[in-house]
Amino acid sequence: MELLANLGLGLETAFTLTNLLYCLVGVFLGTAIGVLPGLGPVATIAMLLPVTFGLPPVSSLIMLAGIYYGAQYGGSTTAILVNLPGESSSVVTALDGYQMARQGHAGKALATAAIGSFFAGTVATFLLALFAPPLAELALKFGPAEYFSLMVLGLVASVVLAHGSLLHALGMILIGLILGLVGTDVNSGMERYTFEMPQLADGIGFVVVAMGMFGLGEIIRNLEHEATRSVTIKAVSGLLPTKEDLKRIAAPILRGTGLGSLLGILPGGGAMLASFAAYSFEKKVSKNSAQFGKGAIEGVAAPEAANNAGAQTSFIPMLTLGIPSNPVMALMIGAMIIQGIQPGPSVMTEQPALFWGVIVSMWIGNVFLIVLNLPMIGLWVRMITVPYHLLYPAILVFCAIGVFSLNNSEFDVYLMALFGVLGYVFAKLDCEPAPMLLGFILGPMMEEYLRRAMLLSRGDPTVFVTRPISAVMLAMAVAALFVVLSPAIQKKREEAFQEEE
Amino acid sequence: MKNPKDFWAGVIYLGMGVATVAIAREYPMGTAVKMGPAYFPTVLGGLLCLIGLVSLIRSFFTSGEAIGAFALKGVSLIAASVVLFGLLARGAGLVPALGVLVVCSAYASIQFRWKSAMLLAAGLIVFCALVFIKLLGVPLPLLGPWLGV
Repeated sequence: MELLANLGLGLETAFTLTNLLYCLVGVFLGTAIGVLPGLGPVATIAMLLPVTFGLPPVSSLIMLAGIYYGAQYGGSTTAILVNLPGESSSVVTALDGYQMARQGHAGKALATAAIGSFFAGTVATFLLALFAPPLAELALKFGPAEYFSLMVLGLVASVVLAHGSLLHALGMILIGLILGLVGTDVNSGMERYTFEMPQLADGIGFVVVAMGMFGLGEIIRNLEHEATRSVTIKAVSGLLPTKEDLKRIAAPILRGTGLGSLLGILPGGGAMLASFAAYSFEKKVSKNSAQFGKGAIEGVAAPEAANNAGAQTSFIPMLTLGIPSNPVMALMIGAMIIQGIQPGPSVMTEQPALFWGVIVSMWIGNVFLIVLNLPMIGLWVRMITVPYHLLYPAILVFCAIGVFSLNNSEFDVYLMALFGVLGYVFAKLDCEPAPMLLGFILGPMMEEYLRRAMLLSRGDPTVFVTRPISAVMLAMAVAALFVVLSPAIQKKREEAFQEEE
Repeated sequence: MKNPKDFWAGVIYLGMGVATVAIAREYPMGTAVKMGPAYFPTVLGGLLCLIGLVSLIRSFFTSGEAIGAFALKGVSLIAASVVLFGLLARGAGLVPALGVLVVCSAYASIQFRWKSAMLLAAGLIVFCALVFIKLLGVPLPLLGPWLGV
């Protein structure tokens, strides 16, 4: 069995003392920062990225993955305990989780979330191990035309599945693509859009953009709606679910895992869509649907399983194709590039230890998550109660020093401030920053593949539609756009996203 | 204009699109076979202009909410505190730069108190000095040459 041999290699890589340690540190830091209200996984990862740059590639990716699901789980804890979801994927967890907490079942809700996440994480890890190799093999047959079309499809899908206006999502993607081109053109060596500033010759750092748009922009937005309420949480007790609870959550966890795994693979999918879809699905099929919104344990189990499954399977397109399906994966790709790894199908064949090590470490990370979270809940509760007016200056401090230390350059700090203001302005205009970040990462790659494809076809643009795989992907992109533009679906989509708010 | 959000977003798109195309004119265009550095940006800039136009036109036909008040105090204080950190970090050193960053940004909150902001700054300075300077070796002086150290 090749799969077993591969997993064996992964175990060997992940089970070294250093990598276990980095995984643990990643999960711990991710959870610690993820529980802070108002900080989602993107901001958390962007903030902690500089810490990982000094590590060897395998350790840094293992740690980043740990930070990611740590942050994801931390967000759920906050959603359940204080009804302040730090990220969109735990919005639905807050619906029933917070009600459970108010009725004195906070411990049970947290345990349900942990069990659901753990089960989903285990299944999704195996799916990743099963499906990544054949997909990577298929991707090895891709030429530049296929890659270009795949990126178009990925960007279009992220627009379709994102909330908010379609037009603005397209606009933001284009802005991101253009910003991604700033710097030295690899083909001609010419500096573009640098305004003769030497600091821009290597392009704009994606950490700068991410921290500015998601970190600073978010802070300014939160300050706008600053409430004077202080968060108080009752002591959490009764962590262990009863046998009856376990019976009630088994089926929702299974369904959530299935749905989440599927939606995580889709470009533009990932945790947010998965948890939302799982919640509405569970509400429809559950026997206790009347209880949903009033503290139904199923309403916590399903979306929590789904968002963890989705978070994990969204690594599949990232690791095999080098295509980010959501902003978090865009950050991961950025981190890989900084580590000198070109993301894509060749990662699996050229760096098998890295590839399988990261996959196995995800499962280990899920074990840490459950071991770490339930006993340490007291610590997380104390972190949540830190008032926001003390929290955000600290976030700014870490962003500022973090961005400075990337290149030891003040310029990046100023640029981050600029992107913070820009992020706030765009938020005011209902333009979402997530598609921009995707475009920003994909911009240089898209240009490169477009150039190569056109060079190979001797300038014949029909190459994108005459090569079958490329044509199928473009057709899917066009179809997706038409589907969203059709008035009937548009209305449904608005309803769907409204329900989520 | 019935939809100010669409209108202003359209203005930004159009502005950026035009600027992108205009700046690209200084670079060689190349041909479709051998694309020059101007080719892809020109295409993207053109598309962005198109999106901007659609957004502008749409803003006159569909109605939407007004743009909420601009939190000028928050924006300027947060941005200023970060920029000040950058200006002070090397010259004055980490301690004063962080102090300014924390107090200036904390001032943006309606719950600002001098005492708690100073305490927070002190705590963060100690933490960052230990973790970032001593442990991770970020090359910043604690007190810089401007202070005669």
